[in-house]
Amino acid sequence: MSVYYTKEHEWVRVDGDEATVGITDFAQGQLGDVVFVEVPDQGRTLSQGGEAAVVESVKAASDVYAPVSGTVTEGNQAVVDEPSLVNTDPEGEGWFFKLTLSDNHELAGLMSAEQYQAYCADL
Amino acid sequence: MSVSEKTLPLDGWHRARGGRMVPFAGYQMPVQYEGIMAEHLWTRASAGLFDVSHMGQLIITGPEAEKGLETLLPADLSSLGEGRLRYSLLLNVDGGIVDDLMITRRGGHFYVVVNGATKHDDIDYLQLKLPPHVVLDHMKEQALLALQGPKAVDALSRLAPGVESLTFMTGGGFQIGGAKAWISRSGYTGEDGFEISIPARDAAAVADLIAGQEEVKPIGLGARDSLRLEAGLPLYGHDLDHTTTPIEAGLGFAVSKQRRVDGGFAGWHRIAKEIADGPIRKRVGLAIEGRQPVREGAIAVDAEGNEVGKVTSGGFSPTLEAPIAMAYVPLGASEPGTKVSLAARGKIFTGTVTPMPFVPHRYHRKGAPK
Repeated sequence: MSVYYTKEHEWVRVDGDEATVGITDFAQGQLGDVVFVEVPDQGRTLSQGGEAAVVESVKAASDVYAPVSGTVTEGNQAVVDEPSLVNTDPEGEGWFFKLTLSDNHELAGLMSAEQYQAYCADL
Repeated sequence: MSVSEKTLPLDGWHRARGGRMVPFAGYQMPVQYEGIMAEHLWTRASAGLFDVSHMGQLIITGPEAEKGLETLLPADLSSLGEGRLRYSLLLNVDGGIVDDLMITRRGGHFYVVVNGATKHDDIDYLQLKLPPHVVLDHMKEQALLALQGPKAVDALSRLAPGVESLTFMTGGGFQIGGAKAWISRSGYTGEDGFEISIPARDAAAVADLIAGQEEVKPIGLGARDSLRLEAGLPLYGHDLDHTTTPIEAGLGFAVSKQRRVDGGFAGWHRIAKEIADGPIRKRVGLAIEGRQPVREGAIAVDAEGNEVGKVTSGGFSPTLEAPIAMAYVPLGASEPGTKVSLAARGKIFTGTVTPMPFVPHRYHRKGAPK
């Protein structure tokens, strides 16, 4: 199992062909108090870099992009019901959706945890 | 970080307290410290200290100052007593709002507080329009703080005894820790509270004293915006601009009764007509269905999808735990209870016209029990 990161501050945890996606701790810190989350429906096909979910804080609305292409197997109803999970546990209970990867070569273009940390440090 | 913004007297003070600085009105200002939600709720429950030193503090003086200002403001300044504040509007010849402001009669002059983003344009406009012998002084060396919330009076009266006797929209001269302060009972949150004008050189010491009170935490611009939205108070440049009139904006209370009749101020013909016949559009409050906020820029649409209005402010109300907004809608759709369809982010939202304020004001008015 490996975790990859995007420049748009999503994380994707990959276990075989299955992947779980959320936004990073850095992202939730920048957004502030999350008050609304919209996750994709099961069965929706996502393409890498396309709009996948919505997250809104008191101050701002942001899109969450699909870090990889695939078919959604589950949206996290828990963050829809309790958006503050994105603040309290962004890389755990605050995940957004799961999907089945359609092309695991896409992972090669993402960042490792170390690379992502270095990326954020430069922002 | 951009270097094009100027810094305010409390820049280092905010940074030392973890304030996240953002560009605003040409300055670096703190948008939040611990978080907008926590700061918002703290202000409603206790007391929040805001740095609003970006705002323009002006002194307008001279024998013709009152008459001159009355040509640009719809206020009856002759009835404005010493040490009393009034909310007013700087108008253009079309009745559009150049800025909204607070004006105080104070020791033979008028003390005027205008918005930070518009202050330079306001000064140019005033200097162009006021009679030649009226003197306008921009108090650039003056900082402005606001202490807002139900416990503001407890905290501030400890430092500046006597402020507890001020009532809403009155002010006076006080001392805080040796600094000379002009303090008024006023603000922009809907709560009881004070605005405190002090020399810039004393700002950090005064801010330390106030923030050192157990009731007080520093509050950023983010919560200032959500608080004023809940209070139904318009924000210039968003809910008001040079194309909106006082009547469209629901600010008819700022057009005094006598002056509605007598006129003599910029835009009076249009404003008098709108008072008589009603404006074409009106600023309203909207309660939004669901949990997703509808923000500034969303379009109000009719059943055929035609644009009929626009959202000028919107966000999530921490107090109501629901999205709220301000919008301009056609007069016929402005009655409370009317449903308004809003297009935003590729979706249609439904808002219900709701009387403002969304959260009741708790001002300390004259004659009210403590």
